Amino acid sequence: MQQALLWFFVLASLAGGLLMLVLRHPMRVALALISTMVSLAAIYAILGVHVIAVFQVLIYVGAVMVFMVYAIMLLDVRDPSFTHRYSGYLLPGLAGAVVLVVAFVRGLAGSTPAVMGAGVGTTFDVQPFSVAFLNDYWLYFELTSVLLLAAVVAAIAILKARRRGNG
Amino acid sequence: MDNTQLLLALSTALFAIGLAGVVIRRNLLVMLMCMELMLNGVVLSLVTLSQQAASTTGAVLVFLVFVVAAAEIAIAVPIVLLLARRKRTLDMDAFTDLKG
Repeated sequence: MQQALLWFFVLASLAGGLLMLVLRHPMRVALALISTMVSLAAIYAILGVHVIAVFQVLIYVGAVMVFMVYAIMLLDVRDPSFTHRYSGYLLPGLAGAVVLVVAFVRGLAGSTPAVMGAGVGTTFDVQPFSVAFLNDYWLYFELTSVLLLAAVVAAIAILKARRRGNG
Repeated sequence: MDNTQLLLALSTALFAIGLAGVVIRRNLLVMLMCMELMLNGVVLSLVTLSQQAASTTGAVLVFLVFVVAAAEIAIAVPIVLLLARRKRTLDMDAFTDLKG
């Protein structure tokens, strides 16, 4: 059962990724990306990494993609890139991607599967995670808050620059 | 092919799809979303291996990567908006000012 679900979500995330290459409207591309991200969250949940699955939905789908959808709604997307989806690098780009996948998967299939501790779920509960996070890695927690503050300031600076440029 | 190999192969496939998307698509926002897809593929490999090793450090690192991705997108989207306002288009071919 679990194995079937894992395969289902692997295929769903692949399909979402491939749809991103073909769909024309950016909003549909965003929805395909959201479905890929939700499938990845489901894969994390199947692996037993529930904390990361929750973060994947909250941060990626909840924050990043909503922001992206707002940006798409703010912009007029019916420009030349709407009628002509692909740049001149269509064939080299696809060939490069295929070569990358084939080379890696061949190397992967030739290797012996790494047998390690078969995913002990307890380290990924919320409590051990947060204890480790705030005891051992509190400095990085503080650094990310500084980083987010810098990002907010930079975003405001960019918006101010735009207003100056227009006025 | 066991589960670890399957997920690592999926991670490579997502990375390659995102890379191809950045190269072949012409819309700025779509390229940005393909970059997010690349990052998701890499995070998938990180999660898979840290789950194999049963390490909390990996989970913390994934969380920090998520935060950095959120900060990155908070900067990148205003830049795209700024570029789009300046050139009145999202087409990559309009942004060739730096070409020699």
